Amino acid sequence: MAADSQLIARQPHKPKLAVWKFTSCDGCQLSLLDCEDELLLLGQEVEIAYFMEASSKVEEGPYDISLVEGSITTPADLLRIQEVRRQSNFLVCIGACATAGGIQALRNFADVVEFTSAVYAEPIYIKTLKDSTPISAHVPVDFELQGCPINKLQLLEVISAFLNRRAPQVSAHSVCIECKLKNNICVWVAHGTPCMGPVTHAGCGALCPSYNRGCYACYGPKENPNGESLCHWWEEKLGADRSTVIENMRNYNGLAPHFKAVSEEKERGQKGKS
Amino acid sequence: MAGKSKTIKVDYLARVEGEGALYIRYDDHGVHEVQLKIFEPPRFFEAFLRGRDYTEAPDITARICGICPVAYQMSALHAMENALGLMPTEPLRNLRRLLYCGEWIESHMLHISMLHAPDFLGYPNAVAMAKDHPQVVQRALEIKKTGNALVRLLGGREVHPINVRVGGFYRVPNREVFQALHPQLIEARILAELMVRWAAGLPFPHCEQSYECVALSSPREYPMNEGRIVSNRGLDISVQDYEKHFREQQVPHSTALHSVLIERGAYLVGPMARYNLNYPQLSEGVRGLAEELGFKAPCNNPFKSIVVRCLEVLYALEEALRLIDGFQAPDEPYLVAEPKEASGCAATEAPRGLLYHRYAINREGKITFAKIVAPTSQNQKTIEDDLRLMLPKFMHLPEQQLQGLCERAIRNYDPCISCSTHFLQLHLQHEAKRNS
Ligand code: SF4
Ligand code: SF4
Repeated sequence: MAADSQLIARQPHKPKLAVWKFTSCDGCQLSLLDCEDELLLLGQEVEIAYFMEASSKVEEGPYDISLVEGSITTPADLLRIQEVRRQSNFLVCIGACATAGGIQALRNFADVVEFTSAVYAEPIYIKTLKDSTPISAHVPVDFELQGCPINKLQLLEVISAFLNRRAPQVSAHSVCIECKLKNNICVWVAHGTPCMGPVTHAGCGALCPSYNRGCYACYGPKENPNGESLCHWWEEKLGADRSTVIENMRNYNGLAPHFKAVSEEKERGQKGKS
Repeated sequence: MAGKSKTIKVDYLARVEGEGALYIRYDDHGVHEVQLKIFEPPRFFEAFLRGRDYTEAPDITARICGICPVAYQMSALHAMENALGLMPTEPLRNLRRLLYCGEWIESHMLHISMLHAPDFLGYPNAVAMAKDHPQVVQRALEIKKTGNALVRLLGGREVHPINVRVGGFYRVPNREVFQALHPQLIEARILAELMVRWAAGLPFPHCEQSYECVALSSPREYPMNEGRIVSNRGLDISVQDYEKHFREQQVPHSTALHSVLIERGAYLVGPMARYNLNYPQLSEGVRGLAEELGFKAPCNNPFKSIVVRCLEVLYALEEALRLIDGFQAPDEPYLVAEPKEASGCAATEAPRGLLYHRYAINREGKITFAKIVAPTSQNQKTIEDDLRLMLPKFMHLPEQQLQGLCERAIRNYDPCISCSTHFLQLHLQHEAKRNS
């Protein structure tokens, strides 16, 4: 993954970095502040031109690289994301909210009017869209970094790749491969624990299996996943019920196209059955 | 009649977590309106938790806030265990306390160094501050790293840990791994003491307020995961009775609900409230240092909360060392219970203050009701009151400075606007005689 030495920019001027927040928990931008060892170095390589969580200095755009966290859930943000795109040379979405609608996209599968009244006594003040959508639903995106939360080393790799004008090296294989690379015992094979690892994008270092737990897919789908097959195995061999299978496709990355398709297919099957 | 009316408006407040704005209308006779507007879009956690499995609550609610996910996990766990009648064993309870120490350290250090300290020294951010004060920033980052290491060890990762579960942990690392952190913790403790001394010497605006402080309290220790809810004005209730005494109300200018004490209105939660109510429970070392520096509780100047946070970091480091030295492996990494129709609640001390959760589950273990009251929604009214009380004393200042001070007053709270599900923006603007 990221090597610090590669962080060094080859650009003549200091590139301007902007960090934008839409609907999210701040966890992904926090990953940048969690780079205790690299943060000050990064501060030498790029100009932090806009980063409201970390800085009250606001510089005008355009920006060389924009990191966008969060999903689009309000009418105002629909307009704001267009502006961010106009101001950004290179736009990178970070995290499950920005790439797949995030946990708040669970509303897309429900009735948001009812949600609003469940939480607020006077829903009339609350302006919110019916759906929570990923950034790519509204503007062209240059790169998507998956994960809830993202892996900070992968984030440094993306920034470093940008500074060096090369493609980011972020593996798109499954968590299972990471498990093998770590010599983990497979929790599914050894303990019969349902695990989303086979369809989940690498990046966490197979964290859950390392802690004896099944993966719950917080990194979203890997490249070319076979979710239908995974569900079949969960149901047939592990005795998982259909609603559990749907819940696991629909948590932090429910709108990722593959997960969405599989969960909807399952839901149709469930309704057909009852 | 009224003098020239002026407004302060900040449309997007920097260096707080989440999205919010500030609107203040005042004139020479007083402050007429203060609105801390939280406009972070609502995220509906309480609604979509319904129907999910009770085992998912700690993972899902962690996503409310990337800065203090452990707090959400701890409150969710304890509430579910309260519903199911599970009593974690002493070794498990100590490990949870250790994990919480890690989060207090990392979250407080983030706030102290990156969000709060630049205010006192006049920098826009920590990176700029680091040019002139490299030692301070590096020291802070070093301590924060130690907190992160603790959370990573027990939780798997710093943001949204994966290792906690209802009943305990998925896996308990062995004694040696904890011991390996010992030298780093000792080192961080030395740095934290320097940090307290440094913070105590910062220039503080004069601003003594009078708060009803609310925090957990237990005869056993400085509160994290358990205790009764007490205040300096006579409140002393069990967590079960929280909703009998506190109520949330919706205000038109904010997407976060305002919480009030039914009998008396606004109250304060967070490090200062904890400190003022539980001072005797701090270690002798921490109290000794506080006294030496003239920071013995109570502290009622919100700007001085930076010192209180530093003292809490020092305490959390000492506590972590104590827990690691006394480490006892639990017999089982977790206890199990069969789901049943039940309801339960719990409150724990998030870095930003009291965090209350209540759930009901059905026989299949699916959540049928969820209620979450985050620290920021509890402090919102107090933040507005602070501004209301503070402003008249500072009205002589040039507008730019006055606005800066208002923003600082909000940052004193480390308001986590994404947790109240929201961020802050402020504009200062003269309004030509709106009453003319
Ligand atoms: S993707 Fe996950 S970690 Fe990132 S902002 Fe969204 S909820 Fe937080
Ligand atoms: S849920 Fe899966 S992707 Fe997320 S940390 Fe666990 S193993 Fe990794």
